[in-house]
Amino acid sequence: MIAPDIFGRLTWNALFPSELVTQVAVVSLGLVVLAVLALVTRMHRWGWLWREWLTTLDPKRIGVMYIIVAILMLVRGGVDVLLMRAQQATSVGTSQGVVSTSTFQQLFSAHGTIMIFFVAMGLMFGLINLIVPLQIGARDVAFPFLNATSFWLFFTGMLIINASLGIGEFSAAGWLAYPPLSELQYSPGVGVDYWIWSLEIAGVGSLLSGINFFVTILRMRCPGMSLMKMPMFSWSVLCSMFMVMFAFPVLTVTLTLLFLDRSIGTHFFTAGGGGNMMMYVNLIWAWGHPEVYILVLPAFGIFSEVVATFSRKPLFGYASMVMALLAITLLSFTVWLHHFFTMGAGADVNAFFGIMTMIIAIPTGVKVFNWLATMYRGRIRFSAPMHFFMGFIGLFTIGGVAGVMLAVPAIDYQLHNSLFLVAHFHTMIVSGVLFGDFAGVIYWMPKIFGFRLHERSLRWSFWCWFVGFVLAFGPLYILGFMGMTRRTSHYAVATGWQPLLIVAGLGVLLIATGVVIMLVQLAWSVWKRAENADSTGDPWDGRTLEWSTSSPAPAYNFAVTPVVQSRDAFWASKQAARRGALAPARVYTDIHLPRNTGVGPVIGALSFILGFAVIWHIYWAAAVALVVLILVVVIRTTGTDDSERTIAAAEVALAEAGGEVSRRVA
Amino acid sequence: MSERRHATSAPLPGVGHLSLRAYVSGFVASLVLTIGAYLLVVERAVSAGTLIALILVIAVSQFAVQLVFFLHLGAEARPRWRLAMFLTMVTIVLILVVGSLWIMGNLNSRMSMPEQEQYMSSQGGL
Amino acid sequence: MIRVEAHPAPVDAHAAEADERTVFGFWVYILTDCVLFASLFATYVVLHGNTAGGPSGHQLFEMPYVLAETMALLASSFTCGLAMLAAVRGRTRLAVVALALTFALGSTFLALELSEFHHLAVIGAGWSRSGFLSAYFILVGTHGLHITVGLLWMAVVAARIWWSGLGRGELRRLTLFGIFWHFLDLVWIFIFSVVYLMGAAHL
Repeated sequence: MIAPDIFGRLTWNALFPSELVTQVAVVSLGLVVLAVLALVTRMHRWGWLWREWLTTLDPKRIGVMYIIVAILMLVRGGVDVLLMRAQQATSVGTSQGVVSTSTFQQLFSAHGTIMIFFVAMGLMFGLINLIVPLQIGARDVAFPFLNATSFWLFFTGMLIINASLGIGEFSAAGWLAYPPLSELQYSPGVGVDYWIWSLEIAGVGSLLSGINFFVTILRMRCPGMSLMKMPMFSWSVLCSMFMVMFAFPVLTVTLTLLFLDRSIGTHFFTAGGGGNMMMYVNLIWAWGHPEVYILVLPAFGIFSEVVATFSRKPLFGYASMVMALLAITLLSFTVWLHHFFTMGAGADVNAFFGIMTMIIAIPTGVKVFNWLATMYRGRIRFSAPMHFFMGFIGLFTIGGVAGVMLAVPAIDYQLHNSLFLVAHFHTMIVSGVLFGDFAGVIYWMPKIFGFRLHERSLRWSFWCWFVGFVLAFGPLYILGFMGMTRRTSHYAVATGWQPLLIVAGLGVLLIATGVVIMLVQLAWSVWKRAENADSTGDPWDGRTLEWSTSSPAPAYNFAVTPVVQSRDAFWASKQAARRGALAPARVYTDIHLPRNTGVGPVIGALSFILGFAVIWHIYWAAAVALVVLILVVVIRTTGTDDSERTIAAAEVALAEAGGEVSRRVA
Repeated sequence: MSERRHATSAPLPGVGHLSLRAYVSGFVASLVLTIGAYLLVVERAVSAGTLIALILVIAVSQFAVQLVFFLHLGAEARPRWRLAMFLTMVTIVLILVVGSLWIMGNLNSRMSMPEQEQYMSSQGGL
Repeated sequence: MIRVEAHPAPVDAHAAEADERTVFGFWVYILTDCVLFASLFATYVVLHGNTAGGPSGHQLFEMPYVLAETMALLASSFTCGLAMLAAVRGRTRLAVVALALTFALGSTFLALELSEFHHLAVIGAGWSRSGFLSAYFILVGTHGLHITVGLLWMAVVAARIWWSGLGRGELRRLTLFGIFWHFLDLVWIFIFSVVYLMGAAHL
């Protein structure tokens, strides 16, 4: 006889979602997972998967896993969008639309959370893992095991948020779960707890990643690469990781305090009992505003690389670009109040933060002009990454101007919580972050897998994204002025909103088409990879070090540690070779790389059990998982110091010679 | 003399050479500062405003003492990344803490509890 | 132009650089932890007047008791420094003895803190009594949690030094632990000043 509370709040009923939409989602998700498992089993790839991927400490492979998760989550978050758009286009007057109000609330909460934490952050950390070590001429990151742990914590957060789909419910309190709605009194279910623990665990992973890459960039640059000779993407990542380090602890604290309010009855943000719910808003935005720049700076860095490479010119105004990054980094910690101008602060406070917000637009403007100046009189190739760059410049400027409008407290009083705001931040995140990350994936794909993606279909996909975006969000700016508030699941005919919402829905369908084209061409490019193979290691006539090694990059990145004399070091060396300068002698030495380890996935699994058990109040399981987790960490960190494998110099020479031969043959 | 002592002891990674004198000075200074602040409060020697200022000054002094004598801040070789990172952290923390207190103090002085609750109930976030 | 070097790359320089990097990385982690505590301090200061009709710090804090706690932690920070001093001079047993002393002082601190918490809970001033007490318990408790982790870590480091001497790895671990432990005393300076001294002075 099992005691009734051995599974805490988890009951048999929680496993069966009541609404049709959710049932369909759970069943299709289950089928996809089963299909993947069956495929791996059928192809006898479990051993390969474990040895080569799940236990890897190679940042390039970890980066690929990040991007795969992010793409899957893009689809998941995208389905949420389709449902939300369908609801808002149809739920007017007597029609109640396609989903219930409570499902609608879970949809927008899940959409925001997933898109920010598991799509934008996933793509960003994926690209950082892939490229930063290569770009600074390093063989590895500073702390390879920690890096794998970060990925597995990110993965665990993703699992937890998706578990909420089938087991229990998700938060209905919006992507930032403001109290008092997110407090126990108004959200007694497990939804908010799912939200808290998904972000708590993924957030710790992000924090560790932030420290890791910050130290990597500061301490592991190759000889000669002073900070002012560093490629712009690495600079932008350095600044972004700085913000991760100093913003994410605030998120950890805020989530923990909310959880304590909900679980042990503290009074941090409660109504009554001496709580102060406005403090939650203050804290979450002290993290949340830097978070926006955390996402967008690496995308700026990608655009800087892309625009210089495809214009065949050095980046215009390198020093001013660095200054702009540093200015944005510091200023991003001084503007958070503009997210709650209407909360009731006095004119002095609002004016201060409004002015700071306007000031932060200046370095961003400097960057836009520098990119345009880089293109000026360049020999531009309009390849797919360049398309995304051009789309970004146009949309981002519009979104930025809308942002400066919102920075005026008086205007914000009109537009706060309206669809104008929704349109503004989607313009920034989609055109800034997503377009940048897409450009990065397309641009660096050959370096990772050794083949290019299909150019024509990527351009088609871009046009779907661009036109779809304008159609989907143009109407929202107008609807905002017409007074439609965000998160509205039902409205009256007399409002006259429906036509515009239908247009927005069509725009989203067009974007979805763009996503489908992307996925199909990805499969197609993999299928036809021999045709698009990159045998040179330098398919775009690149400028930075990652293009100097073979494609796909070997596990050790560089057979011989590069030595750098100038910015755009690879470009300079190509120019020197063209002038007839002799390449320096290549002296191979033994290379030390970390051994693969299964501890990362184990830590992920244990934190999943921990998070899941806490959500459902299964305290014995949480305690067991915590104790085992501590033991695993202690054993790993105090165990043997011998965690490296050595690739002998002769072996490196052989591999490189093979590479040379195959390159010549091709 | 000190040269020879250094020769017999290994430098700690990232910290450099240590000396007993630094630890003893740090310990004694911390003791004095802690007890000084304690006596100020227990004896109620000064007015409230002065007391807050004095407590903070003493706390920051002890913070600095321990940073220098226990954590050897600034003793690393150039470039002094540890020191630079520490100072940026202090900047960010000051922005966060002073900013939060300013904002929250302002809000609390302008809004009653029911007003705050009414406003927050109307908000969904962002 | 291709040459294969017969002798391996200089491993010692490689390892020393890796150690330096680890210590720097840990330092950066400590700075992020400072931001974590800063958020808790800000929350405490915002909520410290919200007693919701319950007791205030002025009524609850017993200053001689807190001074004893503070002294125990300060002394443990000092003995931790002595352990590092002994370690760099190769005095294995002295280092372990100093660590044992640090452990004893750290445990004393933790025991005093827990008994204070217990006392508060018993007299009806637990964390769910008011916003002030929530913030108090979580700020001081988070520090206590760090101390607990530090004690566990210290035991592991001391055991390793005892069994396998003072190798490069042990020295690195001790360095990291030392930074952590000194950092906890730094945080306590502000808890002592902002929470206890100002609380007792009714500021």
